[in-house]
Amino acid sequence: MEKEKLITLENVSKHFHVGPRQTLVAVNNVSLDIYKGETLGVVGESGCGKSTMGRVVMGIYHPTKGKILYRDKEVNLKHTKDRFAYSRKAQIIFQDPYASLNPRMTVGTIIAEGMEIHNMYDKEKRQQRVYELLETVGLNREHANRFPHEFSGGQRQRIGIARALAIEPEFIVCDEPISALDVSIQSQIINLLKDLQNKMGLTYMFIAHDLNIVKYISDRIAVMYLGNLVELADSDEIYDHTLHPYSKALLSSVPIPDPDKEAQKKAQVLSGDVPSPINPKPGCPFANRCPNATDRCRKETPVLKEARPGHFVACHLV
Amino acid sequence: MNSKQLMYILKRILYAAITVWALITVTFFLMRLLPGDPFTGGKAIPEETKQALFAKYGMDKPLWEQYLIYFGRILQGDLGTSLRNGRAMTDIIAESFPVSLELGMRALIFAFIMGVLLGIVAAVKRGTVWDSLTMFIALIGVSVPSFVVGSLLQYFLGLKLMQATGVQVFAVVGWADMNSKILPSFALAFGSMATISRLMRTSMLDVLGQDYIMTAKAKGLSQKAIIWKHAVRNALMPVITVLGPLVAALLTGTFVVENIFTIPGMGRHFVQCVQQNDYPLIAGTTMFYGAFLVLANLVVDILYGLIDPRVKLTGGKE
Repeated sequence: MEKEKLITLENVSKHFHVGPRQTLVAVNNVSLDIYKGETLGVVGESGCGKSTMGRVVMGIYHPTKGKILYRDKEVNLKHTKDRFAYSRKAQIIFQDPYASLNPRMTVGTIIAEGMEIHNMYDKEKRQQRVYELLETVGLNREHANRFPHEFSGGQRQRIGIARALAIEPEFIVCDEPISALDVSIQSQIINLLKDLQNKMGLTYMFIAHDLNIVKYISDRIAVMYLGNLVELADSDEIYDHTLHPYSKALLSSVPIPDPDKEAQKKAQVLSGDVPSPINPKPGCPFANRCPNATDRCRKETPVLKEARPGHFVACHLV
Repeated sequence: MNSKQLMYILKRILYAAITVWALITVTFFLMRLLPGDPFTGGKAIPEETKQALFAKYGMDKPLWEQYLIYFGRILQGDLGTSLRNGRAMTDIIAESFPVSLELGMRALIFAFIMGVLLGIVAAVKRGTVWDSLTMFIALIGVSVPSFVVGSLLQYFLGLKLMQATGVQVFAVVGWADMNSKILPSFALAFGSMATISRLMRTSMLDVLGQDYIMTAKAKGLSQKAIIWKHAVRNALMPVITVLGPLVAALLTGTFVVENIFTIPGMGRHFVQCVQQNDYPLIAGTTMFYGAFLVLANLVVDILYGLIDPRVKLTGGKE
């Protein structure tokens, strides 16, 4: 079956000016395709630009360079009309379910607002939809009149999901949707997201740092390091044939739920720290921590290339 | 309103009554510590006349007895009579308080609306000329006292403007027509407006950085809708909190402004009675102002609960 491109990132960069002559490069020259119906997992350590990339894809931040294409058509996010139309197609679930719901609006208003501004349905039908959505995500219709602070973290994240679903998007960015939740609640939310994807044919970009969960939910996985996309492949492929030295270190740090195997496992511990993303030097971003780095790595920035079928990696040594 | 909220309000009223009682008591004993007495003035009075006057006003009795008598009268609604001109405190309040109240209310409304608007502009246009300009105005407002602002307004807008145009646009003194009420209200409001605008700016910036603003953006809301529907309402909370103390600042401000603009308000009486050791008037005006402030704070507390659904009007334990 031919895969249908839904969202395409073309050489997307996002810079923030943090001071005089200081530019923080949060996302650096990332190109990738997101196919319809898939879940693209995005992993990397804190501060590697995962969330920024999610927000750029969503149109919350304007990319400094590069383009975002929706079904092969460029979305001009600076154009209010384009952004408005795009917001109907793409939605986001935020990491912090406490901060992402307006504390002075009832749950019903929060969920209905998106439909309202996109002129979906009449008032009565919208109310009906709010009840349906609440039930879809495992809450009750009575909850519509309550305020966000009356709910637990897991319930709030369900509200966040209902809100994102309200305007029937095709694509949802899940920006670490479970990392603020209890472990017992995490699996519930993951399964809810999976069910919804099966029912509605949603496409996800799933940002997380919990590698086990990413492996469980993702069809493909993108590994980011210091704003750069360093490896991209199918989820099994990336675990079985890890190519990039950073990905190897990252994946070897995952605990195995078997004490014997875990004891035998040799975790590859990286030395040094992540370099500052402010005014980055040329060369491979990982060069200063890479055990195999050569002079070329320190001078020339590697580009993403297809090393195995469908398996992309940005490393000179592969 | 449920019984818990009612209990809370009743409890607050009880506290308010205790506060006013403490105020009366402290004022009563403190003013007796003032040097001199009401009858020692410019010209010498024979000792026996003085003793007779003391006897007439019951000031020959022990202090605690005088206090009990005074307190008993207050409970009957008799706030005492001026020793200087024989007018009843209640008459003085009825005559001059409405003037002070009108001045204060005009200033409060002006300060609130202008302060909030300036704060919103400064926050939304952060880092631009608009931000610097509004914050410069606010800095002047905070640092220049109302009698300077008042005098400058009288000179330039009252006097110079009339000389230039030949029309009395603003009256310099008095309290009669609309044109005499604008300058004193503005002079009184300026400082509070500055306080509010700085507070509103900080609060707006805080709210605009919250995740739920990003949620609103993701829904596709326009910048305008985000500011008015999501940000302002949340940002107003700290401003509402300072309204109580602000009323106090405005009230004490009226003493000064009324003097500059020769407005027949209560401030004049307040200053006079202290200078003249007019005991019943000192106690009466202090108690009246105190009770008014306590009431203002009570109203703000109750308002707070109505605006913020997270603040429950319950007395402590759930």
